[in-house]
Amino acid sequence: MAEMQVDLVAVERQIWSGTAQMVVARTVDGDIGVLPGHAPLLAQLREGFAARIVSPDGSVMSVAVHGGFLSVTRDGVSILAEDAELRDEIDVTHARKAYEDAKARGGDSADALQELRRARAQLLAAGESI
Amino acid sequence: MAAQVRVLRQRVRSVRSTQKTTKAMEMIATSRIAKAQAKVAAAAPYSAQITDVLTALASASTLDHPLLTERPEARRAGILVVTSDRGLAGGYNANTLKAAEELRSLLRSEGKETVLYVIGRKGVGYYNFRQRAIAASWTGFSEKPEYSNAVDAAQAILPAFLAGSDGQVDTEGGPQPGIDEFHLVSTHFVSMLTQTPQARRVAPLVVEYVGTDTRNGPLPAYEFEPAPDALLDALLPKYITTRIYAALLDAAASESAARRQACKSATDNANEIIRKLSREANQARQAQITQELTEIVGGADALASAADDED
Repeated sequence: MAEMQVDLVAVERQIWSGTAQMVVARTVDGDIGVLPGHAPLLAQLREGFAARIVSPDGSVMSVAVHGGFLSVTRDGVSILAEDAELRDEIDVTHARKAYEDAKARGGDSADALQELRRARAQLLAAGESI
Repeated sequence: MAAQVRVLRQRVRSVRSTQKTTKAMEMIATSRIAKAQAKVAAAAPYSAQITDVLTALASASTLDHPLLTERPEARRAGILVVTSDRGLAGGYNANTLKAAEELRSLLRSEGKETVLYVIGRKGVGYYNFRQRAIAASWTGFSEKPEYSNAVDAAQAILPAFLAGSDGQVDTEGGPQPGIDEFHLVSTHFVSMLTQTPQARRVAPLVVEYVGTDTRNGPLPAYEFEPAPDALLDALLPKYITTRIYAALLDAAASESAARRQACKSATDNANEIIRKLSREANQARQAQITQELTEIVGGADALASAADDED
């Protein structure tokens, strides 16, 4: 199985780095799956969704990505994010509460919309249904 | 005589208590330098990646984004000055503010009006005392800046820049004309002993044209989602924010290093003063004892001779 280098970097720290066989993310134009040897690509990720990194042994790692870009080069894949959380870093009950609260307030204000998207990305990364 | 000894002892005690404060601050600053440097290192991968991405994007798009094009008749220039919240950091703030003043006069000589954005209480105090208008200020995080602090500053400055001096932006004090240039004045951490203030233009960005790398051949043809221009719109503000964040981290490390240095020399000086004062106190005490002895001996002699006279 071909492998590629994947880096997940947030502004304040490098979150994860390693090899993977596939990366799946949702860009502003739709879902995209990147396999090793993909053509160079630069994409803006859609707010409020999770990215999945499939490691060589087939296990899937979900990441909540906030304000991110996806860059595919010959050397590998990098996900650039303002902030990102791995699945085990996410407090599901807290995210669920934030999601319901933000939903109740409705997406009228920019703040509420941002919170809603953030909580949704966390829930999706944690494998919860919304 | 006795009064002098008491006064000297009192001064030694007061210097010693000041020394305790400076010693503690020196140690705190030392530990903060390490933390600040770790944060600088942690932020490096992102800024390296975003620069790579931007380079790839710049070679593909037409480069006519407002953040990249120089405006021929720039009239108003914004300056973001990064200072500290607390003093006791030697020349840290004075040097930064001096660099800011130099930049101001340079911009004025080019016929541009300057607009001040200030981070840190010391800078706010400096400009308020001189009654210069501050467009916006942020305080309370100079030693431990976070990305959200940089976002706050960028959210105030970028709309002003995009509006330009002909446009208007809404601020707390009503609509104001925007800015055509944006400069950043902060301190660069060179080493534990040296920190130099720097003034750089952040926007419009300076575009460097580099020749194709002959070793790896031309840059690969990228696919873009969405189109390059839309992507540039999304990416450039993030890049500017990253630049501000990097400057904040660098300044935080410099501030702690400057404070460590200042407090270390204060502690050393206090040691020196304590030594001198205790020596003076000991001399005074010795002189007092000598005088008392002389008085007793003199008194005894006088009594003895008086008794002789009676016989």
